[in-house]
Amino acid sequence: MSRIPPGTGITAPPRIEAALDRVRGTVGERVAAGVVRWGFVAVTVLLIGFFALTEPNFRTVDNVFGMLKFIAPTAIAGLGVMIAMTVGGIDLSVGASAGFAVSIAAWTMVIGNQVGTVAIGVVLACGALIGALNAFLVVIARIPDLLATLTTMFVIVGLKLLIVDGKSISSQMTLSDGSTAPGRFTADFLWLDRGSIGPVPVPVAIFVVITALLWFLLERTRWGRALYAVGANAEAARLAGIRIQLYRTLAYMGCGILASIAGLLLAARIGQGDVSAGNSLLLDAMAVSLVGVSVLGIGRPNAWGTALGAVLVAVMVTGFTMAGLPYYAQDFGKGIVLLVALLFSFTFSRKRTVVVAGSMAN
Amino acid sequence: MTSSDENAAEGHGRPVVSLSGVSFSYGSNAVLQGVDLGLSAGSITALLGANGAGKSTLIKALSGANPGYTGSISVDGAVANLTSPSVARRLGISAVHQKVADGIVPGLTVAENVVLDDLAGGGTAVLRNRRRDLAEARAALALLGLDWSQRVLSRDARDLRISDAQLVTLARALRSRPKLLILDEPTSALTSAEADRLFAVLRTLRSDGLAIVYVSHRFGEIEALADEVVVLRDGAVQSATSRPFAWNEILHDMLGRATELSQQRSHTDRGTSVVATVDDVPLFVDSRPLSLTIRSGEVLGVLGLIGAGKTELAELLSGLASPRAGRLTLGGSPYAPKRPGDAIRAGVVLVPEDRQRQTVLPGWSLEHVVGLPFLRESSLWGRLRRTRETSRAVGVIADLGVVAESTETPIDDLSGGNQQKVVVGRWLSAGPRLAVLDEPFRGVDIGARRGIGERLTALARAGGAAVVLSSDVDEILEVSDRIVVLVAGSVVLDGYADDLPRTSIIEAFLGETDATPAVDRTDPIPAERTPV
Repeated sequence: MSRIPPGTGITAPPRIEAALDRVRGTVGERVAAGVVRWGFVAVTVLLIGFFALTEPNFRTVDNVFGMLKFIAPTAIAGLGVMIAMTVGGIDLSVGASAGFAVSIAAWTMVIGNQVGTVAIGVVLACGALIGALNAFLVVIARIPDLLATLTTMFVIVGLKLLIVDGKSISSQMTLSDGSTAPGRFTADFLWLDRGSIGPVPVPVAIFVVITALLWFLLERTRWGRALYAVGANAEAARLAGIRIQLYRTLAYMGCGILASIAGLLLAARIGQGDVSAGNSLLLDAMAVSLVGVSVLGIGRPNAWGTALGAVLVAVMVTGFTMAGLPYYAQDFGKGIVLLVALLFSFTFSRKRTVVVAGSMAN
Repeated sequence: MTSSDENAAEGHGRPVVSLSGVSFSYGSNAVLQGVDLGLSAGSITALLGANGAGKSTLIKALSGANPGYTGSISVDGAVANLTSPSVARRLGISAVHQKVADGIVPGLTVAENVVLDDLAGGGTAVLRNRRRDLAEARAALALLGLDWSQRVLSRDARDLRISDAQLVTLARALRSRPKLLILDEPTSALTSAEADRLFAVLRTLRSDGLAIVYVSHRFGEIEALADEVVVLRDGAVQSATSRPFAWNEILHDMLGRATELSQQRSHTDRGTSVVATVDDVPLFVDSRPLSLTIRSGEVLGVLGLIGAGKTELAELLSGLASPRAGRLTLGGSPYAPKRPGDAIRAGVVLVPEDRQRQTVLPGWSLEHVVGLPFLRESSLWGRLRRTRETSRAVGVIADLGVVAESTETPIDDLSGGNQQKVVVGRWLSAGPRLAVLDEPFRGVDIGARRGIGERLTALARAGGAAVVLSSDVDEILEVSDRIVVLVAGSVVLDGYADDLPRTSIIEAFLGETDATPAVDRTDPIPAERTPV
């Protein structure tokens, strides 16, 4: 950071001591800022420490990868929501998109008798299309984002049920005309869940790579800066020459594609086209991306924060399960985490939090 | 403009509100440092100060919006604890804030907006009585000498022109029979005829014994209106003077250095080659086509009232709006920007009218705001090079004398004048062919205004062109080589500053005002142009 000599310019120069005071802040303010900045990381580390001490199974390498693998679809869908948030939007259709991806992948392989690679291509294309539909509704038709993506959610859930006749699709299932389905979940597709690169399971690798790529895109490239500018003040971004409609469209398409990737991982994990898959994904993805806003006191959607939010949820759920707590305690725990996250980003933080879901309607 | 009336009535001069050692800090940043001030009945006190001197903070403390102040504020001799706007209002302090739109609730009728405090305050009846609202609203507006028809009072307040919306907020403030009325830059959105009307109302209120605090950057208004001038600097009262005002000293107190109040341009440049032309483009659906030539080497000042077409002209040049008919040229070839990005690439940049809404990105650092239009230039294969962004920001800070701690200071922490310098400076850093500035001096103190004016002159000297659009004659005279007066979308005067007597400029500017709908007092609902 380059300091400007005080007293440049015509208005009153700030006294240097006052300026330094402002940078340093009082002791109380510095403590508060520290809590806002590191509180979440500290909570995660403490939880990990606690479970590692109390649950011997928790501290194994297998469990660490298992947790990350378990949370990867949620994290990736959360990263999708995060992208929509950067332009000041929100996407309620991520869960539905992931569920759609599960059924379409199964349909392509089992009914369409195609290999996994083809299924992956079809699913990603569908994700991009769903994103484009959202973008059309929000950007061109100017429907408020909450309502537009809620509509999309219903439309694609319904469309999925129509395509699969309301049934889950599994390998060698019996079709309505009595014959057996020609295809099955192929090995290359199942590799998405069961394979590993070195010691790292494929879903974990995908999760980490996507996080790193998004971090680079948002923080280090001009496209990322433009996305944030659209979210911070769309009119100012437009007057600075940024094509805001293009960036909004790209953000929604990116979100759709990431939701589809989450769906692919789910499909590979389940090994069949479970018609109810993805139903719970929306709320988890939303929670993870909101936690991400508050992590490190950043106050805006960001990739590492979202990833850390997902890890925190994974640690909690796994730890609670090992400790023998019932499943409903997990939801309670997630709720508390989200509440604390929101308190950090909206109530305790001195920074103005830029993300406001549903603020994009204009 | 007329000079101030004498305080003749009995009982005037009695202090209504007095402040003693009032201080206020945002965190560790002390904005007010021991303000002592007495505000008297039947007197208009003008509050002056550069951007960031603490005027807004002081007003907020007085109106109950800054409950954390230290020191004491007493009303009628008794120490008051101003913890909220409604407490202040009950004690007889009413404020009309600068942003008129914040004071108007769209969706409610004009009458309901006038009596809004009744709606908000719970009050006596649960059910509102439409007829009584109308009667009360009419009575309140009558205080201002306004007689609006029932049709107008029943319209949605969002349809009001900004000047009429301001009168609504003023009528509302006066309904509670305040002892002290605070007006924060009340004329920034008014035409001069509307402002004169407001001044007449204020003089009447003064002779009725009201204490008035008047904040403005326009010295002409203060000279015409104020009984006392209080100058704030660095959060403390620098001076308090009565009539007659010694303006040079007042300016010195404000800025801490000698400054001339009215600066005639010593030298008027004639432009050389044509940079851009507007050929037969109607600015409004119903206006005559406008033609205008913009030359390099000169600063063109476009003077016009609100609704004269200034913003429309600025939007046309900068790719925000496309011409209804006719065409534009730039550098001799046809110029049809589809969006701001096209205009920027062609070398035409815009400093828009509403800084807060159109240029400030909340939470962004100065360096990122400066760099936003130049992301492509600051990056290599899409990857942003921080040093390029920082050095551009450092250049802007040095070039315009921005007061900021570092290039990473959040833009929201800068005062209005400094924000404007950042915005102007970032565009000038691109070396534009044509810089268009729409009301660039609104809410900007005289020091910053001079600085920006000097840089525009330098741009013209270096062969660029600048167009400054404003509704303030003094601002235009101060920065322009050539002056164009716009009335209802048409050019009524076009000439070089040293050829035009000031009177003829003002005549052209105001000459047709009685005939233009923009200042027609009988019907405050506009046809289409300026929503609140």
